[in-house]
Amino acid sequence: MLKSIEKLEYVLEMKAITKAFPGVLALDKVNLKVRGGSVHVLCGENGAGKSTLMKVLSGEYEIDEGEIFFKGERLENKDARSALNAGIAMIHQELSPVLEMTIAENIFLDREPTYSETSFLGKRFINFKVLYKQTQELLDTLGLKYDPHMKMKELSVAGMQLIEITKAISRQAELIIMDEPTSALTDTEVDMLFEQIGYLKKKGVAIIYITHKMDEIFKIADDITIIRDGQYIDSNKASEYDHNKLVSLMVGRTISNIFPKEEAEIGEIVLEVKNLTREGVFKDISFNVRRGEILGISGLVGAGRTEVVRAIFGLDPIDSGEIYLNGKLVKITKTEDAIKNGIAMISEDRKDEGLILCRSVLENISLANLRKFAPGLLIKGNEEKTEAQRMIEMLQVKVPTMFTKASSLSGGNQQKVVIAKWLLGELNVLMLDEPTRGIDVGSKSEIHKLMSKFTKSGLAVIMISSELPEILGMSDRVVIMQEGRIKGELRREEFTQEKIMTLATGGKLNE
Amino acid sequence: MSKSDSSKSGNDFISHIKGMGFAGVYSKYGTILIFIGIFIIASLIDPVFLTGANLVNVLKQLVVVSLLAFGVTFVIILGHIDVSLGSVVALTGTMAASIMHYTQNIFVAVLGGLALGIVVGFANGYIITKFNIPAFIMTLAMTTIARGTILLYTGGRTISGLGNFKVIGQDSIGPVPISVIILLLFMAISWVLLNKTKFGRQIYAVGGNERAAQASGINTKKVVLLAFIFNGILTAVAGIVFMSRINSGQPGGAVSYEFDAITAVVVGGTSLSGGTGTVVGTLLGAMIIGVINNLLNLMNVSSYWQQIVKLSLGLLFYWVSRTCLRCTLMPRRTRIIILF
Repeated sequence: MLKSIEKLEYVLEMKAITKAFPGVLALDKVNLKVRGGSVHVLCGENGAGKSTLMKVLSGEYEIDEGEIFFKGERLENKDARSALNAGIAMIHQELSPVLEMTIAENIFLDREPTYSETSFLGKRFINFKVLYKQTQELLDTLGLKYDPHMKMKELSVAGMQLIEITKAISRQAELIIMDEPTSALTDTEVDMLFEQIGYLKKKGVAIIYITHKMDEIFKIADDITIIRDGQYIDSNKASEYDHNKLVSLMVGRTISNIFPKEEAEIGEIVLEVKNLTREGVFKDISFNVRRGEILGISGLVGAGRTEVVRAIFGLDPIDSGEIYLNGKLVKITKTEDAIKNGIAMISEDRKDEGLILCRSVLENISLANLRKFAPGLLIKGNEEKTEAQRMIEMLQVKVPTMFTKASSLSGGNQQKVVIAKWLLGELNVLMLDEPTRGIDVGSKSEIHKLMSKFTKSGLAVIMISSELPEILGMSDRVVIMQEGRIKGELRREEFTQEKIMTLATGGKLNE
Repeated sequence: MSKSDSSKSGNDFISHIKGMGFAGVYSKYGTILIFIGIFIIASLIDPVFLTGANLVNVLKQLVVVSLLAFGVTFVIILGHIDVSLGSVVALTGTMAASIMHYTQNIFVAVLGGLALGIVVGFANGYIITKFNIPAFIMTLAMTTIARGTILLYTGGRTISGLGNFKVIGQDSIGPVPISVIILLLFMAISWVLLNKTKFGRQIYAVGGNERAAQASGINTKKVVLLAFIFNGILTAVAGIVFMSRINSGQPGGAVSYEFDAITAVVVGGTSLSGGTGTVVGTLLGAMIIGVINNLLNLMNVSSYWQQIVKLSLGLLFYWVSRTCLRCTLMPRRTRIIILF
């Protein structure tokens, strides 16, 4: 036993893992080898199969074909518990701690230390003294300065993640899977997490790390494995890769132009807002957008950008101010009014406000334009299907049939369905709130291409984005907001990253 | 994203079934399989079951529950619930009987009952949407309000002397009972509403994701209100059929009919969390309940036992359908154990 461990270079070997779901081959002979005490980053676009591979490893899914060797022994994954017992712990993207319980209770949930059989209380009673003592010892060894008596709800997201890691360590985990652990963390919290990861490595714990953030990959990875469309693509030391190489392996092509902006003819003003105000949220917002133009709205999170767009779309009320469409004053008090005027908004939260996930792609596409298909009482089914099919082809939505549920689509394809929904109607203005958030690189550039196509056909586009490269790459003009007010407006010829950032953080441009 | 051409040709039924997977097949055909199973079991247990007279009887008996189930299907797809059905059946049916008693005009009586159903549905829907009161609380209150109202109005006494009121529930056109024709009519109306109209799409959308529906320009409160009114109308129809069948106005009748109706809807594959469900599924669910009711009657099981058996079966079906949504993730053996 000992001898075999010495020989082992890899703590985990997944060989030719294959997993099919109805209609989709999610994993096709994927290999993954992880060295002990290393951080192994798993790369791939959304929908490449990263999560499925990890769920196979943690025992949530059964394998169709292939083998897993952990510490040199074949792993028979019956369920999540057997993987856990073998020493594999998974830290999910969305944590689910018991908020009302203390740190100690969470760490030892369902395996709390009890009194001994012979004592007065017996094995059914939890020995809280031991519970808290053991937790304190664990926290000390990890160098974490938390009080075991603290309730979980008092911790930040990063804190909860660290406790989750502590829990994994207490279970003697030798392999920890982290699925996009930094998606909800601030920069200092990310540093805290990375420090812990460094500590774990020293202890010989291997980590499989899933992330979309390029800078993180190169900061933390020892090894990298890339999968694409459910297939193993490449694996090597992190030093063998650079940004461009990694992206091209992930998408299978070199992205020559990440922002495929095309010049469109800019025409007359389509939408103009004057002194739009909602008390305590935004004040005196005035801007316009022209036919064929992309107006970017930039600013820090919480600057009131989304709220302005929601108000124009009729989702939130306004206290004062006017909205003009093609020079005429329009009244918008509910979304119906906006839609009648050809104003559409694509929300930053697709799942919450964009899609009916449990319904078909067809139903989602026609939802905002049912009036068009049902002038009388009944929906004209053939007309509806033809139009939906036209949209699916035009936007190149990858979907088995239009009757597939929206929930089974990848992020990029879901976003296309939301766009299709609005393109069906007669549009004047399309407002996109973070149109490419949570979407993989390939679909991102497809959506940017679509935006260029829209402006060419004469649509006015308003785009909110927190990604400066996206703002710089796609906008003809940028409006910068800070604390509910417009701080400045820059044309394409004059905007730079620095200028936008200065305005967004409340500074002044001096020229 | 399968690369095969089978999905393109589109008419290959077997590959279609295979493509759907186990959960897909179950959610689509599970209810009908259960129905066939129960039907066969019933005919094996009691030879009387398969006689024509008995089958017509089964149909007649399930009319009231089916009508209630169709209405409440709309409400449940929206993610709401109505637990006042039984009481509202008593209220609207007895009121229609009372109008019949005084006017001896069947049209006036039916219209009166329907109008009352609309009023109750409107009250439920309006208060739920206007004051954001959970449907469960509102309709629970309505249970007592409706029952109290009709008991107050009749003084708890049965209303008789209903002339030709019994035609609706007891007569037939040729071999087909009028009540069954009413059932088929309202089933057709419900099906068309849900599948072929804007209103139906909006119901699925609001039930699936209210915020997204609103952001698509749908007046979500109006949709909920209209669904409760439709539910009210169907409850009144069920009430009229119910009282007409027993040819009297029973202010204490139809107790806990909502459970049969909701069980039928759930057995029929409608999710209580909203967004999915079909009229055909609900009919099958109601037929399953109807066959079980009939079988228990034939076996002379006491009505108290019947309630216990029926609702226990309801729970079982609910569990099976919930579990089987996750079945594809389970080992094959587990799936089979769960199913049989």
